[in-house]
Amino acid sequence: MAIELRVPTILRTYTGGEKAVNGDGATLAEFINDVNGTHPGLKERIVEGEPEELRRFVNVYVNDEDVRFTGGLQTGIKDGDVVVVLPAVAGG
Amino acid sequence: MVAGPVGSDRAVRFVPMLNAAMSPTFYEFDSGDLLRLYKEMDERDEEPVVIYHSHTATEAYPSRTDIKLAQEPGAHYVLVSTRDGADAPAYDGPVEFRSYRIIDGEVVEEEVRVVGSYSETAGEQNRGEN
Repeated sequence: MAIELRVPTILRTYTGGEKAVNGDGATLAEFINDVNGTHPGLKERIVEGEPEELRRFVNVYVNDEDVRFTGGLQTGIKDGDVVVVLPAVAGG
Repeated sequence: MVAGPVGSDRAVRFVPMLNAAMSPTFYEFDSGDLLRLYKEMDERDEEPVVIYHSHTATEAYPSRTDIKLAQEPGAHYVLVSTRDGADAPAYDGPVEFRSYRIIDGEVVEEEVRVVGSYSETAGEQNRGEN
């Protein structure tokens, strides 16, 4: 088992075109670090700042729950979970 | 948004979306709506083909915010300006309706032509004709 990351079109340059990649971790932060180890560059497109936070215009969901409502990067995750990253559709 | 079959470059399914920002100067899809939309497109083997919005007081050209936040490299970003009242039912003048690619902060305008059917575009360079 593993945790699956569904990658949006704009970030597939970091995954060799793959729509989904796997990783591990007990929290979303650990998982993103793990995936970034195998696909360098992904992390900085999802996370920013110090302390690290999710980018304002990137949405991340664990099992269909927006992580902004479940603890952000500290959201707990486990084997079999599905993490979806979607860029915001926004402008002005 | 208007979705279409993956790789077709054809805008065939109109999907009305709510502006969760509830603002005349900024738009953003609600995060739950966004997830539902993308799951639905995934199930139908679709992708975003046209992402459109209006500018109520300025020209139909991507704003700095539009350029910064554009994150769909495969989409045509369509802008309509209603600064001359084009949103009013009685309006009968020309409508500013323009389309762009926005990739890595670079804006490239593209021609818009209204046709009755895609068959009228046969022979043109268009991924959608295959």
